[in-house]
Amino acid sequence: MSFGQLGYDMAHLLGGGVLLLSFVLLYQRRIGAVINAFAMQGALLALAAAWAAHSQGVPGLYLTALLTLAAKGVLIPLALHATVRRLDLHRTVETALGIGPSLVAGVGLVALAILVVLPATEGARALAREDLALALSVVLLGMLMMITRRNAISQVIGLLSLENGLILAAIGVAGMPLVVELSAAALVLMIAVVAAVFAFQIRERFDTLDTASLDEHRGERR
Amino acid sequence: MAVIWSILAQALHIALILAAAPVLTGVVRWLKARMTGRRGAHPLQPLRDLLKLLCKTPVLAENASMVSRAAPYVAAGAAIAAAALVPSFARGMALAPLADLILVAGLLALGRVAMALAGMDAGTPFGGLGASREMSFAALAEPALVVAALTLAILAGTTNLDAVAATLREGGLGLRVSLGFALVALVAVAIAGNARIPVDNPATHLELTMVHEAMTLEASGRHLALWEYAAMLRLTLWLALLSAVFLPFGQAPAGAAPHHWVVGLLAWVAKMGALALVLAAFESAIAKMRVFRVPEFLGAALLLGLLGAVLLFVSTGLT
Amino acid sequence: MLTVLALLVGALLALGVAALPLARSAAGAKAVHGACVAVGALVVAGGLAGLLGGAAAIALPFGPPWGPLRLALDPLAAWFLLPLGIVAGCASLFALGGVRGPVPARLLLPWPIFLAGMLLTILAADGFTLLLGFEAMSLASWALVAHDTAAAENRRAARVYLGFAGFGGLSLILAIGLSAGGAGDVAFAALREAPPEGWRAAAVLALVLAGAGSKAGLFPLHVWLPLAHPAAPSHVSAAMSGAMTKVALYVLARFVFDLMGPAQPLWLGAPLVALGAASAVLGALRATLEDDAKTLLACSTIENVGLIVIGFGLALAFRGADLPALAALAAAASLLHALNHAVFKTLLFLAAGEVLHGALSRRLDRLGGLIHRMPWTAWAALVGVAAAAALPPLSGFASEWLLLQALLAAWRVGDLAFQMGVAAATALAALAVALAAAAMVRFWGLAFLGRPRSPRAAGAQESGGAARIALLVPAVLTVLLGILPGVMLDLAEPALRQVSGAAAPRAGLFAVGAADGGARYWPLAVALLLAAAIGAALWVVRRAAPRGLARGPAWDGGFIAAPAHLPFGDPATQPSAAGFAQPLRRMLGESLLAAREHVTMPPPGSTAPATLETGFRDPVLAALEGPLPRWREAVAAQAERLRGLSIRQCLGLTFGAVVLMLALLAWLEAR
Repeated sequence: MSFGQLGYDMAHLLGGGVLLLSFVLLYQRRIGAVINAFAMQGALLALAAAWAAHSQGVPGLYLTALLTLAAKGVLIPLALHATVRRLDLHRTVETALGIGPSLVAGVGLVALAILVVLPATEGARALAREDLALALSVVLLGMLMMITRRNAISQVIGLLSLENGLILAAIGVAGMPLVVELSAAALVLMIAVVAAVFAFQIRERFDTLDTASLDEHRGERR
Repeated sequence: MAVIWSILAQALHIALILAAAPVLTGVVRWLKARMTGRRGAHPLQPLRDLLKLLCKTPVLAENASMVSRAAPYVAAGAAIAAAALVPSFARGMALAPLADLILVAGLLALGRVAMALAGMDAGTPFGGLGASREMSFAALAEPALVVAALTLAILAGTTNLDAVAATLREGGLGLRVSLGFALVALVAVAIAGNARIPVDNPATHLELTMVHEAMTLEASGRHLALWEYAAMLRLTLWLALLSAVFLPFGQAPAGAAPHHWVVGLLAWVAKMGALALVLAAFESAIAKMRVFRVPEFLGAALLLGLLGAVLLFVSTGLT
Repeated sequence: MLTVLALLVGALLALGVAALPLARSAAGAKAVHGACVAVGALVVAGGLAGLLGGAAAIALPFGPPWGPLRLALDPLAAWFLLPLGIVAGCASLFALGGVRGPVPARLLLPWPIFLAGMLLTILAADGFTLLLGFEAMSLASWALVAHDTAAAENRRAARVYLGFAGFGGLSLILAIGLSAGGAGDVAFAALREAPPEGWRAAAVLALVLAGAGSKAGLFPLHVWLPLAHPAAPSHVSAAMSGAMTKVALYVLARFVFDLMGPAQPLWLGAPLVALGAASAVLGALRATLEDDAKTLLACSTIENVGLIVIGFGLALAFRGADLPALAALAAAASLLHALNHAVFKTLLFLAAGEVLHGALSRRLDRLGGLIHRMPWTAWAALVGVAAAAALPPLSGFASEWLLLQALLAAWRVGDLAFQMGVAAATALAALAVALAAAAMVRFWGLAFLGRPRSPRAAGAQESGGAARIALLVPAVLTVLLGILPGVMLDLAEPALRQVSGAAAPRAGLFAVGAADGGARYWPLAVALLLAAAIGAALWVVRRAAPRGLARGPAWDGGFIAAPAHLPFGDPATQPSAAGFAQPLRRMLGESLLAAREHVTMPPPGSTAPATLETGFRDPVLAALEGPLPRWREAVAAQAERLRGLSIRQCLGLTFGAVVLMLALLAWLEAR
């Protein structure tokens, strides 16, 4: 499989699209736009899963695609929009690191991911190696988003987009059992629910979701 | 024989671009007006405006120097020279060996410097404001262009526009995501270079929101006609560049006989029309950015282009 | 030809000594400068002869105890004689035109010695001669920088320059010593026989970068350049930026391409590319923020030196990756840019010198409207500005086109990490070029366009004569070098073969190319195309539009009649230097240079004006003037304690030193 063949091209294009949307997540300044970009990333991931199901001939991946679309593409973004409306949050995203430097860090992380994955996967198929490099990049960018955003909702979205990267890796590697994937997804969902509960508590106590405000109330600081 | 066809193709191309520039600008304005619910002026109105301006005597500020008189010609000449190099309906024109992407960028820079200096000539604050903003945006747009050129140079082996267009047409490259990233970077550079929304509003009358318009505020008469025409040529040039590189269908190959040119011409008109529609829709749908958000926009385009090049290294290393 | 050049060195030294009595009269000063002009022309002739003829080597009949001084003229040295000669000639001509009375001896004497030092460095064929010339160059230029000690900033500039010159000289001595190894013979022929390997090569490279790189203005040892170059007289600034940096780059090239042997690994070029890219961006960004014309030009020198070093690094990497054609391309870009930069930077510094003489200020906030009062200077400076901004069809664009082609081809090396680094370097180099264009537009527009910002600028006058010729010669050369880069690359072919092992990339009378099958640049055709396009526009407009112009007051912004005390209008209604730089200061200066703007508003009801303060810090200078003096004082405080020792402790110190020496002796005997 190489360039010019539709299978390779589509998989490459969809993986690159998911990576592009990770960058869009880092670039946006408004909460609404971040949630919409996350929804689009989920939809694109579902499309990638469906294409992998079609090209690899694994019908189980169709189920993954449907789940991803339902959860990451529709339900979770709707819930987040509702949360933002109900809590009446600030519409702008507070950043700990400026937009420009976080984008530069993002490109550096993608380069790092490529430099790590490619030599380590000598001998595998070209498509699998690239998919793995793209997936690791998405994971790293999700982590970057978690550490450079101060708003708890953005941090949750960073965590969920990290999980998107894990799903992308699972799709690319042929033969990953569905059980592993579903358990990883359930774990992340649990963490997200716990984070949401904490977010509500923080909001009620401190009237803001800026996690930097927690610093003043740490016991050992004084 | 092939030499004669290439010279003829070049002459026809230059005539086509010179005639199409005002029409294209008029069509884009008309489409924008229709999309925002207005009737819109006739698509040939820019041409009529140019002819009207040519009949008027220019008024120069008292301390304006020779720069205000010479810069419009330099900018128009640079735009004509650059537009003559970008292939439209046929490849292999007479000037094709000259047509280098870096050279086109250099000629556009020449026009931009002429405009900035003309803006500073009268010693007015808004002229200097426009000049400083224009040069600052260009400082970020140029690297984005060079990094997109890096992607194209890796794929085609050269930065010659004819060879790039030929490779993307016949090279069997497939849908590469790096090309998508390079497209985004080039579109961002085109928006910045043509003073389009979201970087600059080409129809604004408020000086504080101006970038390009501020530099030509003092121009009048035939000088203003030349500035306007240079801007129209730049828009046509960028749309032609994007269509030649990323929409290479229908272009007559090098050394083809004239009847292939008819197909190429029809394809080119269709592509220009489609791009004009996309541009009008894009400009009508979003708002202009704050001036100090523009570097983030251009910086993101630069980083996307860099990402595209990095992904291309990966795939050339693998296959 | 080599003997002629060696005699020229001697002649320059004699001229320096003779300058002492000659300085008492204006005619004597003019004679000295006139002789330097002739020397410059002869040096250019020597360079051309060296490139067209073969290599030559001689040994002088005198020298240090271990051997005679050796001189050699090979193609690489011959190429670097060209910028030296052109700059020396034009700068001396400008100084000739600027002599209006007796010149103080401390300004006249070091100038020929400075030129002699540079010439000796290029002609050197052994380490001792190289260092002799290098140090003579440094000391003479320091004397010229320190000539005016009245202003505090000049004293600071001289102090910083002396520190860096000493550090650079020491690093070069260590580099030569390390290259010579244990043999002790520092002739270049001996150094070529034993190229360093592994960690020794890395150490030699680091020392050479510290020594020659600091003299050339390479990051992070560039901070002295924007302080020292403006403090010197204008012709000396031109020579320092145009010629001295090229001599330092020659020393770098000599080590990296010649003395360290032909087979160096790929990664040796990577630090050169990285440091070059950093210098380019930092220099260009500082140039867009500076208020002083000469400091701006000095920062632009840092940027161009960075671009040249990127080319050297790429050539080294391509050589290590066994791609000789691409190595030739990168080396061609660097060598050509060295020549082009020398010419247009000299032009710009001499124009700034004219402006300083006519309008009595270097600060952009005190200039303006000079195009009406000083038209020759303005139009000549425009040629230099357009070349520095890399606009076709001038010389700056030709060499930057070649450099960009080398960067765009660097992915062929095949090592993934190197490819990514070079992609980032490509983006940074393009950023630096675009920032340089912004800086040059700001410089020329604020100084020459608009309305005068001070009475002296309104009354500025040009000096004609020799100073005007000294501006026109580099301007014409810039245009010629822009249109005929192919001829220059053909001339440089022996040097390129020496450096990279391959010929220049497809050069000829009409075009320069980027390796086989690659793109080509046809400067003559582009110039004709531009001329035709502009001519067509002129012709159409002449036919269709009525002739004539009307004049009126400036239209936008709203102007009232100028008040009586400001007949040229209030300077505050024009863009200021800080105002023009504001977009770039906010976009890039805040993150890279800690730039800040501070507005102080008067209390409500007060009619006092608000003040805007802007400034930035070069991070290296802040590190240099912060931690370093603190460590020095801490060390000095510790050393002070030695003074308070009692008699017993002093005796103990002596005893301890004796015991240590005996132990060292025992250890050496045991080996």
